[in-house]
Amino acid sequence: MDFLRPASWEEALAAKAEHPTAVPIAGGTDVMVEINFDHRRPDVLLDLNRIGELQEWEVGEETVRLGASVPYTRIIERLRGELPGLALAGHTVGSPQIRNRGSVGGNLGAASPAGDSHPALLAAGAEVEAVSVRGTRMIPVEEFYTGVKRNCLEADELIRAVHIKKADGPQQFSKVGTRNAMVIAVCAFGLALHPETRTVKTGIGSAAPTPIRARAAEEFLNAALEEAGLWDNGRIIPPSVARQFAELVSGAANPIDDVRGSAAYRRHALGVMARRTLGWTWDEYRGNERSARCA
Amino acid sequence: MRLTFTVNGRQQEADDVWEGESLLYVLRERMGLPGSKNACEQGECGSCTVRLDGVPVCACLVAAGQVQDREVVTVEGLADYARQRAEGGCGTGACGTSLDDAKRWQSKPADGRTGEAGAFPQQLSAIQRAFIDAGAVQCGFCTPGLLVAADELLERNASPSDEDIREALSGNLCRCTGYEKILDAVRLAAARTEEAV
Repeated sequence: MDFLRPASWEEALAAKAEHPTAVPIAGGTDVMVEINFDHRRPDVLLDLNRIGELQEWEVGEETVRLGASVPYTRIIERLRGELPGLALAGHTVGSPQIRNRGSVGGNLGAASPAGDSHPALLAAGAEVEAVSVRGTRMIPVEEFYTGVKRNCLEADELIRAVHIKKADGPQQFSKVGTRNAMVIAVCAFGLALHPETRTVKTGIGSAAPTPIRARAAEEFLNAALEEAGLWDNGRIIPPSVARQFAELVSGAANPIDDVRGSAAYRRHALGVMARRTLGWTWDEYRGNERSARCA
Repeated sequence: MRLTFTVNGRQQEADDVWEGESLLYVLRERMGLPGSKNACEQGECGSCTVRLDGVPVCACLVAAGQVQDREVVTVEGLADYARQRAEGGCGTGACGTSLDDAKRWQSKPADGRTGEAGAFPQQLSAIQRAFIDAGAVQCGFCTPGLLVAADELLERNASPSDEDIREALSGNLCRCTGYEKILDAVRLAAARTEEAV
């Protein structure tokens, strides 16, 4: 095995081009587990820890450009305002020790359907900045996942950053597991209200071969909110609408039975999480609207 | 490959390190520091918790090559680390814990029941003393990781709430399920530190 330690991003790209089978390692919270258990024996490890800019982020007008290796701890501490959904999701990742090392770039690279950041990225809206010596691609996160633990990165590409839309409204994340800490999601759900465009976006985790949006549920809810003028009048969402939304979210999933839970349970739990997160975000939206009107 | 990094304040070298090896393996098998425990090897149990450039991490999930030129503190160096912190840094230039001292490190209280003064008069950090006094050690396997994690909590939050303690220690499992006494120990260490100030 070779261990490459590029000191700069350019060196890292050159190394990845020269060694397309090299496995990038940043926090190591996935890669090292596979090596420790001999599930994977890469011929080359490409250490990204030395590349400072991967640990940095920039808050722009509309998006946050989040360096691929920014640990969850930093997202929770520093980006809660701009990326509330991702901060909530990040807080459910593993444990403090894992959150000190794990990153969104790693979650995307591993592309596990159970990765905690995916539902939040899908709901907020995000693009993956994939870079190689050939150039840069911006990949909408919806198109990034191609299968169980598979993504659309080319062999010479590395994830430089994720560009995530700054929140323009309330966001929520919910995850089902056997306990609070150190849990791989049985299933997870992210929801973001986008008052500026009067849309709602969702993300389903751990209940299909890849993380997905519940598009039919989103379209239904967008139409229902519009029709009843709820974005303007700030009334509560009728229970029948919330129920229908929950059913459509359940229906969007394509879960399997496995050691963590049954397909039927996952579908059921997703519906519950969809209804709850919708209630939480809508309450927050109405609260904000009220205080805005008072002021 | 050859690895050069700082362990408990002293520069150390390891040769013939396999590239897929973990920091935990290097510490235990190459440096002879078995304080950091090897249990789950997948970051679930926290028994191998060490500080990497000050940050608590699972040593089993850090690739050996990633610690080149970086600083690691293990439970064996925790007492010295805590003392230096209290003294506001390393004034003498001869701080840290040598590998030999770290290997011989024992959790004897300063007054030693055997009556011996021992080689290290100030052997225990506040959190270590509190763990003993509160009876927070049962089989002891999870203790080193918990000590490192709890010490770091108290470093950034001198008077943590119960929620803060639970959150900070949520990555450390105790198979004896002695969590209540562990919480007592952290509260005790915090209370004693507050009294001393």
